[in-house]
Amino acid sequence: MNKLYIFLKYFFIIVWTVFVVAPFLWALTTSFKDFQSVNAGVTYIPWIDFEPNLEGWKVLIKSPAKGGVDIVEPYFNSLFVTCAASLISIILGTLSAYALSRYTFKAGFVKNNDITFFFISQRIMPPIVLSIPFFLFLSSINLLDSLTGLIVVYIVLLMPIAVWIMVDFFNKVPREIDETALIDGCNPYQAFLKVVLPNSIPGLIVAGMFCIIFGWIDFFFAFILTFTEVQLLPVKIVALNSSVTPWWSLSASALVSVAPLIIVAFIVERYLSKGNLSGAIK
Amino acid sequence: MNLVANNLSYKPEDQYHLNEVSFSFKEGNLYTILGRTLSGKTTLLKTIAGLLTPDSGEIKFDGKNFLKVPVWQRNVAMVYQQFINYPHLNVFENIAFPLKQRKIDQSAINEKVMDALKSVGLIGYEKRRIQELSGGQQQRVSLARSLVKNAKILLLDEPLVNLDYKLREQLREEFKSLFSKGLADETILIYSTTDPRETMELNGEVIVLDEGKVLQVGPAKEIFENPNSLKVAEISNDPPMNIIEAQILDNHIKFEGIDVEAPKHLSKLMEDGLKIGLRSSDIELNENGHEFEVELAEISGSETLLHLKRGNTKIIVSIEEVLNFKIHDKIKINFKIDKAYAFHADGKLASSPFGVLNG
Repeated sequence: MNKLYIFLKYFFIIVWTVFVVAPFLWALTTSFKDFQSVNAGVTYIPWIDFEPNLEGWKVLIKSPAKGGVDIVEPYFNSLFVTCAASLISIILGTLSAYALSRYTFKAGFVKNNDITFFFISQRIMPPIVLSIPFFLFLSSINLLDSLTGLIVVYIVLLMPIAVWIMVDFFNKVPREIDETALIDGCNPYQAFLKVVLPNSIPGLIVAGMFCIIFGWIDFFFAFILTFTEVQLLPVKIVALNSSVTPWWSLSASALVSVAPLIIVAFIVERYLSKGNLSGAIK
Repeated sequence: MNLVANNLSYKPEDQYHLNEVSFSFKEGNLYTILGRTLSGKTTLLKTIAGLLTPDSGEIKFDGKNFLKVPVWQRNVAMVYQQFINYPHLNVFENIAFPLKQRKIDQSAINEKVMDALKSVGLIGYEKRRIQELSGGQQQRVSLARSLVKNAKILLLDEPLVNLDYKLREQLREEFKSLFSKGLADETILIYSTTDPRETMELNGEVIVLDEGKVLQVGPAKEIFENPNSLKVAEISNDPPMNIIEAQILDNHIKFEGIDVEAPKHLSKLMEDGLKIGLRSSDIELNENGHEFEVELAEISGSETLLHLKRGNTKIIVSIEEVLNFKIHDKIKINFKIDKAYAFHADGKLASSPFGVLNG
């Protein structure tokens, strides 16, 4: 029984690992192939199965004039827009979430839960519904095809995630902690900054992760709200497609675009298990 | 220095948490708020701390309107029944927190924190994380944090209730010595509890609270000897005082076919609906006594609590030894009837063995 359990455990772990890692390995090997190697059937091992070359990677940094696609600028645009929008969303979202968790709001039949739901309802709507209003809105304030315009739109998309996660998190932080901080001489802002926030780091990290992921992978709004001046990475990657699909440079760009998320996940993972509130109330 | 409240009421929904509560507290005294759960004890303490604003009424501290002062400027300290500490800080930082808020210089902070640690017996634990401490130690940290401030008002909200028996006894002793060590000279100490024994041991001025209303105020001894109503008698005794519906006729107390001679202080009462109150400790086993049936026998510590029944009358007897009884056993008991109280039909005290007649 026990042996069977161990066998099954490792069996599933291995299957799952293969399932998760295989696409990356596949993309990695493909990115070093050229047209012939890609079309020569299934090959896995460089130098034995096929002759690796860096053409797929070089295309990504070559200027279009030299036959490349140059994803460097869109890459940094994406990084900037995602980070800025995530940061602002986390700051605003955390503040709203704290207010929603601690204070009672009432306007007619609208109460705290309704406000929280209002935030998340922005995410329930299909993006296509929002595209035209966003387009008109940005064009009316002259922010179409600009980084600032994208950041504004992304804040609208990301802040609900931050609010949703942080309201839940703050509800789990005992109110008595805030009260104790008040009694110990903090005004409400200090109580929030010195006591509640340091104890909410795991929540902030989770919210930040989600904001970064959703911001980073967005294609739809980046596609609709920008034209020539500004391009984001997902749009640029799609633009790689031509009459012949360049699998090698597509694979390389896929790896490059996933890299930041993987790095963030590795950095963040150790903090997730760290902070806990067990010492607040036993 | 005194803290005076007039007609505090707080009714967040359709039930009163505080109902016309008034009191006058003076520095150097210990006040115990005794009441069952949900009687409004925590609400009252939070109102004093400033965490809640009453719907009506006023609180004055040294003659000044206290309700206008925000919590963080009130100079109060509070210990909660759940051990509230800051989980992201270690023991030292936790205790130093209120001092740092006051921008006291570091050497003074060190000195005060060490003093506080000493008084709660946690020297050597400075660097520990809060999560690494036991419940009792956590509660001591929060106690130390409230002591270190030299607050003018120290609020203790059932500080022992979440601790195990041993620790409770130990900390209660420590509280008593802390309170008597001169800490109390400049402080108004307010201690809330559900436990009548704790109230008696702390021996301060007692405020009996029930459903947000003050039922009786007086020294612990007075509350114990002359509870002014049935409610107070129930709240201030653990197990609650036995209430027996009886008749007094011709100098005899009669109920369930039992007939005992009425003691002097009860003999003149001759009204209908009279209720006799008798503490569980004022009933003893006696071969020649009245027969009752055991409904439940529980052993708690070194005493046995017997839940007995005869006809429609149910009583609880506590006996200072460990005895084994089975359910439905018949046992014989005697009432120390000279220790009995009498209450009017409306619940007011009619007569007490300690001689004072309240209305």
